[in-house]
Amino acid sequence: MVAPAFEYVAAGSYDEAVRLLADGGDEAKILAGGQSLMPMLNLRLAHPELLIDISAADDREPSVEGGMLVLPALTRHRVLLEHDLVRRHCPLLAAAVWHVGNVRVRNRGTVGGSLAHADPTSEIGSCALATGAQVIARGPGGERTVPASELFVSYWTTALAESEIITDVLIPAGRPRQGWSFQEMVRRTSDFAIVAVAALVELDERADTIAAARVALAGVADRVVLAGPELLTGLTGSTLAGSILTGGDDAADAVAARIAGSLDPADDVHASGDYRRRLVRVLTARALREAYARATGAVA
Amino acid sequence: MTRRRLVLSVNGGDHEVWVLPSDTLLDVLHDELGLADVRYGCGEGVCGTCTVLLDGEPVNGCLILAVQAAGQKITTLRGLMGPGETLHPLQECFLRRGASQCGFCTPGMVLTALDLVRRRGRPSRDEIRYALVGNLCRCTGYTKILDAVEEYAGQAAEAAPAEVRS
Repeated sequence: MVAPAFEYVAAGSYDEAVRLLADGGDEAKILAGGQSLMPMLNLRLAHPELLIDISAADDREPSVEGGMLVLPALTRHRVLLEHDLVRRHCPLLAAAVWHVGNVRVRNRGTVGGSLAHADPTSEIGSCALATGAQVIARGPGGERTVPASELFVSYWTTALAESEIITDVLIPAGRPRQGWSFQEMVRRTSDFAIVAVAALVELDERADTIAAARVALAGVADRVVLAGPELLTGLTGSTLAGSILTGGDDAADAVAARIAGSLDPADDVHASGDYRRRLVRVLTARALREAYARATGAVA
Repeated sequence: MTRRRLVLSVNGGDHEVWVLPSDTLLDVLHDELGLADVRYGCGEGVCGTCTVLLDGEPVNGCLILAVQAAGQKITTLRGLMGPGETLHPLQECFLRRGASQCGFCTPGMVLTALDLVRRRGRPSRDEIRYALVGNLCRCTGYTKILDAVEEYAGQAAEAAPAEVRS
């Protein structure tokens, strides 16, 4: 199929884009890398009358400021995968982006576009939750900061106002004694995740027991989901000595089972809800153990 | 909707076209400029048959608007060929290895593989697999395509040191 006809305008700045978006109302959409929006147009799942291209609105590179990895929203997936600062300060994200799309999609798709698209199977969205990321959104009234934990509302729906645009993604830079893991199940590499799990584990000062942990999941609900602290009880103060692949006697299985039990994923053509829940259990336990092993230095 | 005049730089030559804002680069290259080596497959960025190089990087022709490509260098498979349509060495490898049957996926495969070899020098078989995961082939079963790319990467690595290859 081909896209319905629409008008196109390239915005030279975010302020211009916000103005055009406010003027365009319901009928206007922001075009960033176009790797989600353009398929929706080609499949006629969206019918905007105006596309506002922001590709030329910003040319900043990723940077680190005040303990935060600052990703300009237009940072392409390929840059996330390869950029030295991203690999050093958020290796979780670089590893997760390996699973995103294909080489062509990664050459064009952007981190801000991916978050704004709010796909419930999003690798990048689950990393944003696991790392406690924030986005800066610019609207007609200026800028505000939105935590990732408040950004995702439902299928392809965010808490952004109609004329707000994500300009930056701020990710707390990785710290010493922190370990990460990204686990994903797909039938073919590059497919949308059936289930993906992003985990961060931080050890106490003795560098053996867990001081804090965060787990986020994709493919399990109408949006990417952050496991609440009540689901993670038993992790703090514990060690995870079990094998990443075959398990063992530690707190990971109980936490994984609790998280799986808290979810009610839908059946769809790719997998049943029961299978997804089972994947949550298996992949979460693996993710916790691998993140722990990385934090202790046992795994690179 | 009104048409706009654009100049697209395709395979080393400038082409004036009048396009709708909603025309994709694929629409214009295939339908207006008659480049049969850029093909509609899925319209979702999944199959790779509309692959073109934009300033040297593989992109989905079906997911980028023609108006967005103005001012950038567009290369299709044909742009790799020498004078008199002599084959690119990677195409020779595809022929020699039987890596092309119906040929529908071949332009996308060749452009994507060439980008990989330019960036990675001599990629492992797993790296080739990963780079080509977004290029679907319904004939060959992929093995011969991997063989062809591996052979070409070996040749290219011997012919020139990595920093000279462009």
